[in-house]
Amino acid sequence: MSKPVKAVGLLSGGLDSTIAAAMLMRQGIEIQGLTFYTGFCVVEHNRRSKTRKRKKPVRNEALQAGAKLDLPVEMIDISGPDYLKVLTDPKYGYGKTVNPCIDCRIFMFRRARQYMDEIGAQFMFTGEVLGQRPMSQRRQPMNVIDRDAELDGLLLRPLSAKRLPPTVPEQEGWVDREQLGDIQGRSRQKQMEIAEEYGIEDYPSPAGGCCYLTDENFGRRILDFFEYEGKENLTMDDVMLLKIGRHFRVKPDVKVVMGREEGENKFLERYTPGRWRLETKDVTGPTTLVEGHPSDDDLRQIAGMTVRYAGSKADPDTPVACHYEDTERILEPSPVEESVLEAWRI
Amino acid sequence: MIQPAMTLDTFGLLCPVPIMKTASAIREIAVGEVLEVLADDPQILEDMPAWCASNGHALLDTIEEGEEYRLFVKKVK
Repeated sequence: MSKPVKAVGLLSGGLDSTIAAAMLMRQGIEIQGLTFYTGFCVVEHNRRSKTRKRKKPVRNEALQAGAKLDLPVEMIDISGPDYLKVLTDPKYGYGKTVNPCIDCRIFMFRRARQYMDEIGAQFMFTGEVLGQRPMSQRRQPMNVIDRDAELDGLLLRPLSAKRLPPTVPEQEGWVDREQLGDIQGRSRQKQMEIAEEYGIEDYPSPAGGCCYLTDENFGRRILDFFEYEGKENLTMDDVMLLKIGRHFRVKPDVKVVMGREEGENKFLERYTPGRWRLETKDVTGPTTLVEGHPSDDDLRQIAGMTVRYAGSKADPDTPVACHYEDTERILEPSPVEESVLEAWRI
Repeated sequence: MIQPAMTLDTFGLLCPVPIMKTASAIREIAVGEVLEVLADDPQILEDMPAWCASNGHALLDTIEEGEEYRLFVKKVK
């Protein structure tokens, strides 16, 4: 008996990549799932930062899909300086917000190709659908991505295969092109029909918007960072903080990040070293981190902001504890007018 | 009493990082041996069973001690 053909599948755990994997498994392809940790996944971030008191757990969908389809999933951490360069200096620019989708795909596909070679797989595949996303899933950018990622025809997109030129796995007869999809466009109707046919249930709602880089609010904060702190100074810790809470630029060298609920406050506490941390005394309120070099007046105003968001139990004179490393000061807050607050809001 | 061949401390780390570290650590033990994973991110209670199921390992036990967790993963293949 000949050895089965092996493929690496980029698996997000969403509907598209799940049925793409199932489609190839039905052709007898041995699949190794692969998912990347970039640090920009909205779901992953929500799992980390929101309060633990949830009715329904938020799952890692790639792992869940692997368990459901009975296929192994490798998680590779690509967050870090090399990936951040994709964000700060994209060769193919940004989409509607600060989303370097084409460069991001190239980066991921190069890494996937490397992994494919490492494990001795013959080809790789994704759940991409032609015309589904405006920046990276059109024919011309797909060609650019395949060329720059040096995929040599080894990337199959099973859901849209019949609308794309034959790839090596089809030409070599490893997969039967006739059994692949001809899906195009943004509707998920066909995918849902295939899921039903395959008996795949309980998949995450097919909505997109899973990456912070396509989020307008996050984009605004990134651009603020680039302007005031310099894109060359961006680190993953900065990225983590940019994703969370309320943000205010009080001065060019003073920025405030404030938690909006218990989970965010706990998350922010992890980033206290090297930053000021403010909290209301005796009454529940937000955790406020201050980056940069605030003056005493700045800190009193930021204490005022902290009280402002502390809810009804705090009054304007509620004292605020202000920590830096091992020191603690108790500050009387200075009130901040709403119009000023709005002007500072990022 | 489960006797782990190795203990992985992921305290302070948030998922999926503990899972990625588990995947690396399990390569260092032999088939049949057990990896003990210490964690304080409750998401691991969702992720570890799924990771074990997809990758063919056995989650022998999960002990919750307040907000800390000890998980025992047997390397099956």
